[in-house]
Amino acid sequence: MSANLSAILYLVSGVLFILALRGLSSPETSRQGNLFGIIGMVIAVTVTFLSVSNFSSGFIYVIIFLAIGGSIGAFIAYRIPMTAMPELVAGFHSLVGLAAVFVAISAFINPSAFNLGTPGNIKLASLIEMAIGASVGAITFSGSVIAFLKLQGIMSGAPITFKGQHLLNALLLILVLILTIYLCSTQLSNLFWILIAVSFLIGFLIIIPIGGADMPVVISMLNSYSGWAAAGIGFTLENTALIITGALVGSSGAILSYIMCKGMNRSFFNVILGGFGSTDQTTGGQSKEQRPVKSGNADDAAFLMKNASSVIIVPGYGMAVAQAQHALREMVDTLKKNDIKVSYAIHPVAGRMPGHMNVLLAEANVPYDEVFELEEINNDFANADVAFVIGANDVTNPVAKTDPQSPIYGMPVLDVEKCKSVLFVKRSLSPGYAGIDNDLFYKENTLMLFADAKKMTEDITKNL
Amino acid sequence: MEIDPFIFRLSIFILSIFVGYYVVWSVTPSLHTPLMSVTNAISSVIIVGAIIAALSGSDGVVFSSSSIYGFLAIILAAINIFGGFLVTQRMLAMYKKKKKDKQ
Repeated sequence: MSANLSAILYLVSGVLFILALRGLSSPETSRQGNLFGIIGMVIAVTVTFLSVSNFSSGFIYVIIFLAIGGSIGAFIAYRIPMTAMPELVAGFHSLVGLAAVFVAISAFINPSAFNLGTPGNIKLASLIEMAIGASVGAITFSGSVIAFLKLQGIMSGAPITFKGQHLLNALLLILVLILTIYLCSTQLSNLFWILIAVSFLIGFLIIIPIGGADMPVVISMLNSYSGWAAAGIGFTLENTALIITGALVGSSGAILSYIMCKGMNRSFFNVILGGFGSTDQTTGGQSKEQRPVKSGNADDAAFLMKNASSVIIVPGYGMAVAQAQHALREMVDTLKKNDIKVSYAIHPVAGRMPGHMNVLLAEANVPYDEVFELEEINNDFANADVAFVIGANDVTNPVAKTDPQSPIYGMPVLDVEKCKSVLFVKRSLSPGYAGIDNDLFYKENTLMLFADAKKMTEDITKNL
Repeated sequence: MEIDPFIFRLSIFILSIFVGYYVVWSVTPSLHTPLMSVTNAISSVIIVGAIIAALSGSDGVVFSSSSIYGFLAIILAAINIFGGFLVTQRMLAMYKKKKKDKQ
């Protein structure tokens, strides 16, 4: 296949990837979008096969390895529970990162196969691109592995901080820069290996100080990194499909990080520097926990809801942990049978990744047109009879609007307190990740339901 | 004077960032999780590099020091491609509209 034809076909597959993302603007077009993505991928892989001229015995092995990887991927995709989506995505990011590192290494060892020159005499521009691709790929890999371990609970979600952490990270970044410059002038392979090793270390170090609840930002950020790594490799390989895709993914992840940060009213640097909520947790909490709260049981909750005409449900990470989404939908079905209007309110940072709650509700067969974003529904709380908060906490805290001293001041919150009554399903009075008490617990119109989210929801359904 | 082909690639890159910017802003927030899984899948188009690397061995030698990295990268990227697209499809299949007759 001629170089021009394959370049055009790579462009086509890049365009198909753009259409794949475009499709996600609404659920109706999204499935078609995914199909475009698949077609784009098939085109890219086929063109690569056709343009590699030597159909040596290696070709068979390529197919075999492709099949091995493909079956593992398909197996995971069908088996993974929806609640484990954040872990899965973090795991997948690590694979993209590592693949980028491997391709860069291969290109470094054998540049002539990629038309980049000969070992020890690689074109300068290619070497820089290679170094960037490998370095960003390595950071993506180790960072995603840590994110995965934290999300999976293998590693504690608590931020790990130590003195001089930021200084160390800054020094390592400078080291990467120096190594890259040296690598370009000397072409020494040892420098390349050190560069990769240092980058692995950076990825590890920048994710450990970030707490579990900041994971939406971390995952989006790593998503972005995996894109930039791919773009770096795309420049090395002079491949348009890879460059376009890298740019798309890079900006997509960056936008998601921005949305998540805005949802918490925190700057990107504030999240990245980490350690949020790890200090002052005890002092603030203890004095306030003496305040009286009203707690009730499933029977009380059922009574309140039965007499309501509209109910708004506010799900959070706790719902995912308790796997309560199906029980919740059954409860809502019963409510609807009693002619009660039910809608769902989703805060941008509810859950552990962007859109986490929406997927779980979709899994439980909740129609997506009953699910609303913060701006769409926030005014409706004042007219609703009952707000049912299940597994959410900080995103409902009115302190964010009233107390400038609070660490979450200015964060957009759901106006749950404006409802006639608030039902709060929670296991205990413990504060959320921000380490601050929620005033909502002590409000006159709040009824606390201390129980496991799933069990409580099922009990309420029985009592309806 | 001739323009370095690098400049063309850079132009494509910069323009794609802008395209990505506008396309991603139009993605509905409820589909942000599928967005992440699909971007994951498409960024694994890095497999084209992996394939070139895997077939870089000279005649008769399938597994050279450079092609082994290529084969490893093929496995990783293939996991991502199949896993990413299929899990996205699985998720998107769950997004349903309200049934009208229910009301």
